[in-house]
Amino acid sequence: MAAKKSRRVAIVDGLRTPFTKSASGLLKHQSTLDMSSAVVEELVARSGVDTSALDRLVFGTVVQDVDSPNIAREIVLAGPMPDTTDAFSVTRACATSTQSFIDGAQAILLGDVDIVITGGAESLSNPPITYSDRFTDILLEANAARDLPGKVRAFSRVRPRDLAPHTPAIAERSTDETMGDSAEKMARENGIAREDQDKYALESHTKTIAAWEAGVFDNEVMPYPLPPQYKETLERDTIPRADSTLEKLSTLRPVFDRTYGSVTAGNSSPLTDGAAALLLMDESVAKALGYEPKAYLRSYSFAAVDPNWQLLMGPALATPIALDRAGMTLDDLDLIDMHEAFAAQVLSNVQAFASESFARERLGRDKAIGEIDETKFNIYGGSISIGHPFGATGARQIMTMANELDRRGGGTALVTQCAAGGIGAAVILEK
Amino acid sequence: MTFKNFHFELDDDGVATVLIDRHDASMNTLGEELVLELASVVDRLEEDDVRAVVIGSAKKDFLAGADIRMFSSLSSQDEAIEALGALHAPFDRIEALHRTAGKPVVAAIDGACLGGGLELALAASIRVCTNNSRTQLGQPEVQLGLIPGAGGTQRLPELIGLASGLEMIVSGKPVRPYKARKLGLVDEVVPKEFLLDIARKRALESRDSEPQQRVIALDLSAKTLQRLALEKNPAGRSLLFKKATELMMKETGGHYPAPERAIEAIQIGAEHGRDAGIAAELRFFAELVLTPESAALQSIFFATQSLKGDSGVDSEATPRKVDSIAVLGGGLMGAGIGSVSAIKAGAIVRFKEVDTAGVGRGLAHVSKSVGKHAKRRRMTAFEVEKIMNRVTGSSSWKGFGRTDLVIEAVFEDLDLKRSMLADVERVTEPGTIFASNTSSIPITAIAAHAARPEDVIGMHYFSPVEKMPLLEIVATEATSDETTATAVAVGKAQGKTVIVVNDGTGFYTTRVLGPYSNEAGFLLEEGASVEDIDGAMTDWGFPVGPLLLADEVGIDVGAHIAVIMADAFGSRMQGPAFMKNLVADDRKGRKNGKGFYLYDKGERQGVDDSVYEVLGVGGRIAVSRTDIQERMSLAFINEAARCLEDGILRSARDGDIGAIYGLGYPPFRGGPFWTIDQMGAQAVVDKLIILAAKHGERFEPAQILRDHAADGSKFR
Repeated sequence: MAAKKSRRVAIVDGLRTPFTKSASGLLKHQSTLDMSSAVVEELVARSGVDTSALDRLVFGTVVQDVDSPNIAREIVLAGPMPDTTDAFSVTRACATSTQSFIDGAQAILLGDVDIVITGGAESLSNPPITYSDRFTDILLEANAARDLPGKVRAFSRVRPRDLAPHTPAIAERSTDETMGDSAEKMARENGIAREDQDKYALESHTKTIAAWEAGVFDNEVMPYPLPPQYKETLERDTIPRADSTLEKLSTLRPVFDRTYGSVTAGNSSPLTDGAAALLLMDESVAKALGYEPKAYLRSYSFAAVDPNWQLLMGPALATPIALDRAGMTLDDLDLIDMHEAFAAQVLSNVQAFASESFARERLGRDKAIGEIDETKFNIYGGSISIGHPFGATGARQIMTMANELDRRGGGTALVTQCAAGGIGAAVILEK
Repeated sequence: MTFKNFHFELDDDGVATVLIDRHDASMNTLGEELVLELASVVDRLEEDDVRAVVIGSAKKDFLAGADIRMFSSLSSQDEAIEALGALHAPFDRIEALHRTAGKPVVAAIDGACLGGGLELALAASIRVCTNNSRTQLGQPEVQLGLIPGAGGTQRLPELIGLASGLEMIVSGKPVRPYKARKLGLVDEVVPKEFLLDIARKRALESRDSEPQQRVIALDLSAKTLQRLALEKNPAGRSLLFKKATELMMKETGGHYPAPERAIEAIQIGAEHGRDAGIAAELRFFAELVLTPESAALQSIFFATQSLKGDSGVDSEATPRKVDSIAVLGGGLMGAGIGSVSAIKAGAIVRFKEVDTAGVGRGLAHVSKSVGKHAKRRRMTAFEVEKIMNRVTGSSSWKGFGRTDLVIEAVFEDLDLKRSMLADVERVTEPGTIFASNTSSIPITAIAAHAARPEDVIGMHYFSPVEKMPLLEIVATEATSDETTATAVAVGKAQGKTVIVVNDGTGFYTTRVLGPYSNEAGFLLEEGASVEDIDGAMTDWGFPVGPLLLADEVGIDVGAHIAVIMADAFGSRMQGPAFMKNLVADDRKGRKNGKGFYLYDKGERQGVDDSVYEVLGVGGRIAVSRTDIQERMSLAFINEAARCLEDGILRSARDGDIGAIYGLGYPPFRGGPFWTIDQMGAQAVVDKLIILAAKHGERFEPAQILRDHAADGSKFR
């Protein structure tokens, strides 16, 4: 199919559930699919999009639910759109819903689809729990046994240690390093002080609290009536803290390297439950239907790094490519929104953006990407203060920046993430 | 061999397959012609080359019963017995095919197998049915004031036992495939695709197997023991029939002769054998088919059928497509409307409430309602999830922009409803219908400032919405026919019987209750007791008396409406002044546990005798039951006639259906207009004139009654 040059990806609308710490248990009874369905159905209602005109739904998660591996299709089948709606699922660690966004965008640019919903979700309050290989073998054997003695024989081999459940670890498979270990390593190697990390985290919370007060999130966070009783409605995020102080943050003990470390629960993003979705259309279709798009896709890029080096440098790797593709420099941007896995990771990337040696050694460029202007950067806080449901963060960032461009009546915004596996993603929006 | 209403095919194994296919209708029913031809089909089956028989259908349903119009033409008992005889004979001969000629007969059932259809299947030796969701088996005759008349009262209990047989025949409720298998009504439940193949296979197997004594396993299940204890000995049996009669009388209040006769016929069969039972069945059927109760019930059936095909408008206007419905207000009414919209109509539903807790209550109601379907296994967990995923809500006006229909169920306040309408017009596009669920405020008043009055209509539901079958749609002069037709189509999709009335204070259903409720007040004033008044009206056939109804609806609500009615209709609609004392005494009825009756933790107790003091009326005196019944019913009937006279009602049919399905008017009386026709308009006018002389102008007969009395014409 010939690419249609005239096409342009419009972000028409976006919505997310409130984000809550998985440990709070507030969304414990909502599966990833439940949250995804809730946000998609509310987005459909609010946007008034004709579901029979919806061409595709692309959705993703990181920790997949064994009952709904192709979550996108399950959302369609259980949702308000016709069963004939095409759907597929993607995963790209913390850049999952940036990936689903780009999948939708590419299909629009190719002329495959006109209207698409993309997004992602994560429930870390009920992770899939598995058993040891040995116990799994026993269970399968017992299941296959034709008679009771056979089943008894199989089960007789069970030892107490077999029953210890395995929860999925958030660790790099190739390096066996947890995310926190990687953050510690980056803090160490890049010389990011504990105090700077805490300061950064505090600012993040302050900005998010202010944004809520200013009503910035009112149109992008849905009140979520919680089934099955519907007695409670989760009205807004529960993670941003108005009562945080530098003093309090400084008393927290490092979690990953308890002796020499600086990465604490306070300066990291928490394990979070939540879902987010975006409604994308080709510009001409959107306008024909009477929609005023919030923003448009200008360029994007994905990049990757050897996980054995500094795992979470993705933003510094992907951004220059996206800027090149947009024909822009860092200074041309009006807004920069970087995923905050850890304050140490954000500050390492900020450092790298400004570093000529980083540009030479890692990017093969002779000039640094540029100094980040603090006033343009993560203006409403980020994953530390808002939360980080792995599969939903990219969509969350894109929606907030699209809304901001819409509010400002124009401009450009960079959305960027680091992700497990050494991946980086960058998206430039314009209006 | 070819038939007009049957496909006949004989295979090499000697298995004859007969498929019923009524040539002059889309549904298989037992009409005169088909019954006649059935006799020749049986002639053919009795020939030697046929060694086994499968009876099925070439249509979507097996056989939905007798053609009911056949009954209404019967004019004497003899005629009825003759007509039934024509049915009994071929059924008996089909039974003889397997009982005496050794030819197995398999009924292959898919879709509805009701009434005469089930009786045909009962004459077979084996019954196989599909697991299709359309498939149901039953003897619904009592719902038409009749009993099974083609052997059903005998063959059904013989097959599934007295207790289950009584239950099916007396309740008239059909059963689904797996329940049928559990009851032993069918032998096997199979996928639709295999039905005829399996039926032929079972026919052959059954023919080839030596007739042998079935090994009777020792079955000590509670059910079997109960059956042995109750059904196999005379004392147990008589206890069983006594219980069944008691239960039935409680249900019917003795107003319906059909279930009584059904029990009697079954009992005669059980005690004196099939022949005596069949003779009783024939006699009772012939007697019942001529009763006014049966005529009334049949008229309701036909009226309901004709309403199904009624678009609600006289023009050719067609309904618009409605995919999404918004409900304003998640209270009991709103949530119920949301519930039937999502569950029955399959619409996308969005609640609007003042706060998120209100939204949550609406969602919880739908969830509970849909959960009931899952519990009864009418729905899978996934289907429940899918319905709930179509229901959302908001405390803001976000997401209502592209709704096809908005139904408001907010507090009964004109200004509030007007502001809702203004909001809806602001956030929606032309073509979005605004429907009010008001029970008393004229729609014209609500639409007074509407920008798009053609899109404004009334959709008056009854509480509890999931249970009450009626929807009263109220069109104003400005309402477009397209809007009306759309609202009617939505109501039908929600599973409602829909009548369309023209706008006016109280529409139809609330208005007729006005004089009726007032009359109860006047009776109280004159010294009748609460027990006497309510007792007289339940005895007359209403499910609850007028004063208990007031408690249920809410005395405050009733008083509010009474003022509106008196304002609109003047002195004839003016109730006794003392009723306002009840409101002053904070008696709101059930909802605050204080009313005409006493309540203990929500449970109704006896009459609250302190109510007389509050009303300021003196001691109780005895008022005759018939006086109460006459005054109350005529107040109701006279106002119904006025509604027709004023053009509120489109037809007398709608008035009857509205009264029965919305207000609990006794079905065996066929509705107010049916009652007038039965009594004769002249007799009604005469009684009203006497009452008017005694009690005043409120009993002044409606002009339309005088007109009908003058020319002797009927309303229905």
